[in-house]
Amino acid sequence: MIVDLARFVETERPHWVALEKSLDWLAAAPSRRLTIEEAQRFHELYQRTAADLARMSGFAAEGELRRYLEWLVSRAYSEIHETRERKRFRPWRLFTVEFPRAFRRHLRAFQLTVALTVLGVAFGGLAVEFDPEAKGIIMPFEGLQITPSERVAKELKDQGRHLTGVKGRFSAMLMTHNTQVALTTIALGASFGFGTVVVLFYNGVTMGAVIYDYVRDGQSTFLMGWLLPHGVIEIPAILVGGQAGLVIAYALIGWGSRLSRTERLRRVSRDVMTLAAGTAIMLIWAGLVESFLSQYHEPVIRYGWKIGFGLVEATLLTLFLARAGRGEDAAA
Amino acid sequence: MTGTNTLVIRTPEGVEFGLPLAGPFSRMLAYSIDLAVIVALGRLLQQLVQPLRFFGEDLSTALITAFYFAISLIYMSLAEWFWRGQSVGKRVLGLRVVEASGLRLELPQVIVRNLMRFIDALPALYLVGAVTCALNRRRQRLGDLVAGTVVIRTPKLAGPNLDELRGSKYNSLAEQRHLAARLRQKVAPEVARLAFEAVLRREELGPASRLALFHELADYFRGLVAYPPEIVEQLSDEQYVRGVVDVLFTRAR
Repeated sequence: MIVDLARFVETERPHWVALEKSLDWLAAAPSRRLTIEEAQRFHELYQRTAADLARMSGFAAEGELRRYLEWLVSRAYSEIHETRERKRFRPWRLFTVEFPRAFRRHLRAFQLTVALTVLGVAFGGLAVEFDPEAKGIIMPFEGLQITPSERVAKELKDQGRHLTGVKGRFSAMLMTHNTQVALTTIALGASFGFGTVVVLFYNGVTMGAVIYDYVRDGQSTFLMGWLLPHGVIEIPAILVGGQAGLVIAYALIGWGSRLSRTERLRRVSRDVMTLAAGTAIMLIWAGLVESFLSQYHEPVIRYGWKIGFGLVEATLLTLFLARAGRGEDAAA
Repeated sequence: MTGTNTLVIRTPEGVEFGLPLAGPFSRMLAYSIDLAVIVALGRLLQQLVQPLRFFGEDLSTALITAFYFAISLIYMSLAEWFWRGQSVGKRVLGLRVVEASGLRLELPQVIVRNLMRFIDALPALYLVGAVTCALNRRRQRLGDLVAGTVVIRTPKLAGPNLDELRGSKYNSLAEQRHLAARLRQKVAPEVARLAFEAVLRREELGPASRLALFHELADYFRGLVAYPPEIVEQLSDEQYVRGVVDVLFTRAR
């Protein structure tokens, strides 16, 4: 028991104040580092305050003082016992090196997203083939309710005039909407992946219905010219979002892992962040392309150019995801 | 963890400390403040983009839409990262996001917990988040569960107020030095501690319990050392016990 509490506080208070000042200094900027001497002093102050807290622990009356010391010790503890490497936030490196590396680390999850989407595409195509009413349910979009031939004729006549003066707005709307969908797909990983699987499959169903509808109506060239320029980035972006969702789901379920759920999630959190950031950037690009290129058809822009542009993008994206940051893979 | 509102962490040095967990209501209030901040930032942005109307309505509207979305998406993450687990709302209400094991909050954790808002906000008004938070012992919403974080209360804490015991008021018991010395000699440490706690916690007691407790303690101390009646006759039981505690704890030097 501390017999003279007043003296105890008077003696120890300067050390608590010094520790609090150091903690506030560290808190003011996440990137701050202590020198060796400062770290030694910081450690001494932490140990002294922790010892004071231990002395106070059997002293029920001074709740306020104990809470104050607990708060100081908890803050200092988080600084002293943290062993994880603190990486600097470098956005360019995050996208060009860490994103493709994270993508490759979780390639199986990506393959699963592709399989789920392909399954959805097959289902959507079959639904439109065997049930004429399915189109209205699967594709509840005004522009897709008319036959593909009617739409192509309309686009030929309009020559992209409907977007005059609203291209920017349309582009921003696409970016925000698609990013919301992709990020929700990632977040749904917290439902043990169930929500992510449903979203991926449903996306596939819609795509399958649209593709089948246009191909059956003999409008494959129009379809490729319309979808490829933005779709080759937008669809993989949604798949990468699904991949991040499945990574979360896998960490939650933890098949065959002896690590705790908290530790499993902690280990994948950086990759989830990286994949989410990569998804968002891809969708910004896709939104710009969809608004400023995809919505223009022949005779404004020839289909061959648009298809060619889409294929070049697809090749570059594949190379980027497959090869970027490989040197660091080897070093790791 | 013990109880329902404190996260207890034991350090390798063997010291235990508790972090008071924030409840769903205070968190909801903090988030409302943050929403107001986001709206205010959006308005500010609208004013800043006004001059761009010169280049066309389409461009300025597109920029407002895109930036407003970006602000609503990254505001919480940026604030919690740069202010070590606090946003404006959390600062106002004295809340802070910390790692569930008491360690330092990392950027990926901040991003992931805020990313999960998309599911916590479902189907409306953060219902999923609120239900998860209410059912969880650590008051974690889904985002906190996935990111391994908790939200704690960080009231502004100051050192203890010992004025009650410092003898700022005149203490007639302390003036009788030989009797005070006898009192310090005779009172058992556990009784001294009991009296000390009774004085500090007296406001928490009901009126009847308070009278009864101090009457009992005063009787006990009176039995140990007999002060001259002219010194103590004006003192109530509670004043008597406070005088004794003052003698025992702060006038020993």
